Formats: sequence, C-alpha cells, structure tokens
Amino acid sequence: MQCIDTSARISRPDDFYQMLIDAHQGLNDDDSMKLNAKLVLLLANQIGDMDILGQAIDLARECSSPGAEIAA
Amino acid sequence: MAHIASIPVYKALGASPLPHADDQSAEVVIVGGGPVGLTLALDLAQKGRQVVVLSKLDFIPAGSKAICFAKRSLDIMDRLGVSKQMIEKGVVWNVGKVFHADLEEPLYQFDMLPVKGQKNPGFINLQQYYVEEYLIDALAEYPNVDLRCGHEVTGLAQNEDHAALTVSAAGAQYSIKGNWVVACDGSKSPLRQMLGLDFEGRIFEDNFLIADVKFTEERPSERWFWFDPPFNGAGSALLHKQPDDVWRLDFQLGWDIDREACIKPENVEPYVRGMIGDDVEFSEEWYSVYTFQCRRMRHFVHDRVIFAGDSAHLVSPFGARGCNGGIADADNLAWKLDLALRGEAGQSLIDSYNYEAIVTADENILNSTRSTDFMTPKSKVSQAFRDAVLELASKHAFARPFVNSGRLSTPVSYPRSMLNTLDQDHWDGGVAPGSPALDAALDDDWLLDLLGDEFVLMTNGGDARLDGARPVDLTSYQAADVAVERYGLPPGGAYLFRPDQYVAGRWHAPTNAKLEQALAAAKGNADHAVH
Repeated sequence: MQCIDTSARISRPDDFYQMLIDAHQGLNDDDSMKLNAKLVLLLANQIGDMDILGQAIDLARECSSPGAEIAA
Repeated sequence: MAHIASIPVYKALGASPLPHADDQSAEVVIVGGGPVGLTLALDLAQKGRQVVVLSKLDFIPAGSKAICFAKRSLDIMDRLGVSKQMIEKGVVWNVGKVFHADLEEPLYQFDMLPVKGQKNPGFINLQQYYVEEYLIDALAEYPNVDLRCGHEVTGLAQNEDHAALTVSAAGAQYSIKGNWVVACDGSKSPLRQMLGLDFEGRIFEDNFLIADVKFTEERPSERWFWFDPPFNGAGSALLHKQPDDVWRLDFQLGWDIDREACIKPENVEPYVRGMIGDDVEFSEEWYSVYTFQCRRMRHFVHDRVIFAGDSAHLVSPFGARGCNGGIADADNLAWKLDLALRGEAGQSLIDSYNYEAIVTADENILNSTRSTDFMTPKSKVSQAFRDAVLELASKHAFARPFVNSGRLSTPVSYPRSMLNTLDQDHWDGGVAPGSPALDAALDDDWLLDLLGDEFVLMTNGGDARLDGARPVDLTSYQAADVAVERYGLPPGGAYLFRPDQYVAGRWHAPTNAKLEQALAAAKGNADHAVH
C-alpha cells in the first residue's frame, strides 16, 4: 500500500497559500464551500489512489480542531 | 378482504371460494399475490411443488407501482416462460441520460447493456399489473398451484416442521399448514408484524410526487433524469416511458408538504406542464406522493417462515431495485425450497437463502442510499460537493462518474457464499463462482436458455461428466467462440451452474471427485464451513 507523503513538497509555500486564499476573493460562504469542493474533487482525481485518499481523509479528521466530535 | 375503495382496480379476478377440506396443507404457502409471490409460485409450480398462494385482494391493482424490469429479472422471467410477453408489451430501453439545470445537452449518459450479444435487453418499462397478469395466466396451467384471491391471513403459528396460518375468506375462517410459508406480503407485511419483527435502517425525509400521465408524443425510449431543472425548484425530476402512451413523471417535493394538496390535479398540472410543455394534451392516470426508506429485516428466515421482497427489505425507487430485488429473492429461494422438499438438501441450503438474499438487499440498500444522499444532500457541505460535481461534470469527464441519479439494478454476486467452490486455478476473466451466468449466442440458441433451471455442467470438450448435472458441451455448437471467450474456458475445462443460473464452481481440469464435492457444496451439503 502506498503511503501519503506529508513532507513539505510545495516549493513556494507562501505563493501557493496566497493563490488558495485569493481564489476565494469575493465569494460568499456557499460559493466558497463549493469552490473548495471542486478543488477537492479535482485534486482527488489527480491523485487517483484510493489508499492515499483514505489516508488523507483520516489525517484531516485527526487534525481537526480540539473538541470537535469525531465519529467512531 | 374484497374490493378496497382506496386501491384502483386493473382487473377483477373474483373472490376464490372457501377450500373444501377442513384440514388443509401445502408444501409451500405463499402469502401475497404481487410480483414476488407470483414469480416464486410459478417457479415452484414448474418444479412440481404443491403450492397455495393467498392474496388478500380479489383483483389486480392498478396505480403507480414498479415499472422498470432489469435484465436479470427478464432472464428469470425468460426461464419461467413469461419474458416474451413482457418484452413485446414493454418499452425496451438501454440508455439513461442525466441533465442539469437548464442545460440542453445531457451531463452524462449510461448504457445498461454494455455487453452486447445477449438475448434480453438491459431494461424494459412495463406497468406492474401487466407482469402480475402474465404470471397469473401462466399459473393457470399448473394444477399443483392454487391461487386464492380474497383470502387474508389473520393468524400464524410456528411448529417444528411447518407453520400454520389462519385465513379469513368469504366471511369464514379456516386454517392451512405449510411445510414452508413465504411472506411476500409487501412493505407493511402482516406476517412480519405477527412475528413481532421489524426493519432496521434509515427513513429519508423527503417526498416525491409520481404523476403517471397519458400523452402522445415521439420521444426516445430512454430514462431522463434532471438535477435542479427550471421546472422544479424543489430538486430533481425523472421521466420514464411506459406502454400505452403512459409516462411516469417523478418530482422531488421536499419534506414539509401537504400531501393531500400535492396530488390535486390543479397542483400537479404546473409540474407536468413544466416538463412536457404547454402544447401537449395529457390526461391523469394516477397521482400519488411517496416517501421512502432504506431498511431491511435483520434475518429473512424465521424457522418455517421466510420473507421475500418488500416484506424483507425496502429501498428508494431510484435504481429500480425494489421489484427487481424481490424477483431476485424468488429466484434464489425457489430451487432451494424444491431441493429441501425433495429431501436432497437440508436447513443449510435454506440458510444460504438468508445469507445470499441479505447480500443482495445490502447491495441494493447501499446503492439506493448513496443515490438518495446525492439527490437530497443532508448538509450544507454535501450540497456543496453535489453542486460541485454537477458543475464540473458538464466540462470534465472525470466528474461524470460521480453523478448519481440512481445506480440501476444489476444482478448481485455472492463471492463469499457457502455454496461456492472457490477457484483453485488461475482464471483470466470469465465468470467467478457466486456470479450469475453471462448470456452468449450458441448457433441459434442462447446459453441461458440451455442452462434452464437444473444444475448444469458446461464443458469445452473433454470427458468431464457429473451425475445430477445436465451436460452442455460448447464444442457441440458451430459458433461457440463468444461463449468460450466470455467464460475464459480452456479446452477440457468446466463450469458448474446452479438451478438459478449462478456459477457454483469452475475448473481447468475437472475430476469426478472435485465435481461431486462442488455439487454437494452447492446444495448446502458440504462438510466444510463458510469460507
């Protein structure tokens, strides 16, 4: 099984981070949520590996804010 | 119970008189005269079993019920000799299209018969009452089946080797014993309630309007589904063609509605007009509002009472998995009851129905739950993902497979069934144990016709034979290359099929010992436990 790579892989992190925030400029919350959903779907398809995607979902849930309810 | 005011009548059958003898019995008593009970009755009739069918109605009901019959159901009905009528009367279709908002081009389309060169089509649409009528006509040929209309079950007692029913008919009561009682008595199953049993699962908070309307217009025979069309602000819509110029129009309504008001003609008309336009004359066949559930019983076999169809499991209608799932139950159960009644199999074969029918129900429930969650998002974020998929799908191929307007009924496989003999050879393709036979032309015949309803040993030459399984040798046909290829069958190899045309096992180099062991396993008589 392939393992998700959590080392720093993006060469210009500040530029990417700004790209991400800028993409949401002028959008209301609903449209922002939809933009994020599109991004997730596009990137997930690019990855294409169910094992990696599953690990990404697990990691994202583990790191969600303290006190957040996590279903068993 | 005779005529019921709230149920529309397609065809009167007349109440059956009280049976003569006081002490009644049958090998199998089927409760319910819908498509599942009648299919099971016909299958058992053809196997020579003695059957009584108790239907509380004395007519075939009309109204909006099942309309989509999938290829696997047609294959089953073909084995029973009624598919020809169904296909001649029905509207044949293979293609489904999905539309979004006001876009004219479909987002996505699918083909329900990806493997061509098979006898039966991917789907037909046909009103359920026609299917019931054909089955009842076919049953009339069998003196070993007694269809009793207007006979309602009011009591049930379980015994060691039979179940006893109390039946109310013609103002009197009588009792009848069945070695086996099969409850095909629908979603509100009185038998399930008499045993104090219930469903487990989810109920969805949504309502749908079904408008069956009649109009004459040339449109392609395809399933058309819309997400958020301009003519329905509340959500999705579906259009299906039925015989006799009847069309099924289906509109999502949302949860908080006035059900009585929704089916008033003046309130239905704007929905219909929105979909078909202002210039088409139409008339009402039947309007109704429904909610749905995705639930099943924990077990389908309870001593001598067995549940099949809606009495055992319920799904949302998107996917045509209700009636088709029930017909699959009847197909799975008939040969097992037959072998048990002939003394060739024991309780373990009946228990395999419980296992396999639950695998089928769970796959149907899983698919219909996912479709429903896509169509009716339950949270803001699931709405956002749904809308994201629909918007991406119009431009990008990768998003189209996510579009879920109902995953339509396909046959379910049981790769881990205790009746299978697992592969010992390496197979490149073919049909794995626990999967249904794949059809192929053989000269002027079809493979599924040749399989019939017995155990069959299909060989590709060689001298493998098996007592208790009818031989079908592909080398005795001129044009068998498609079948050989579809099954990946090397010369001298063999497949063992069950009476419901599922693969029980397959071998590159079969031996008598292996084949006999596999046949015993397929009858539930293996000494080995569940894999």
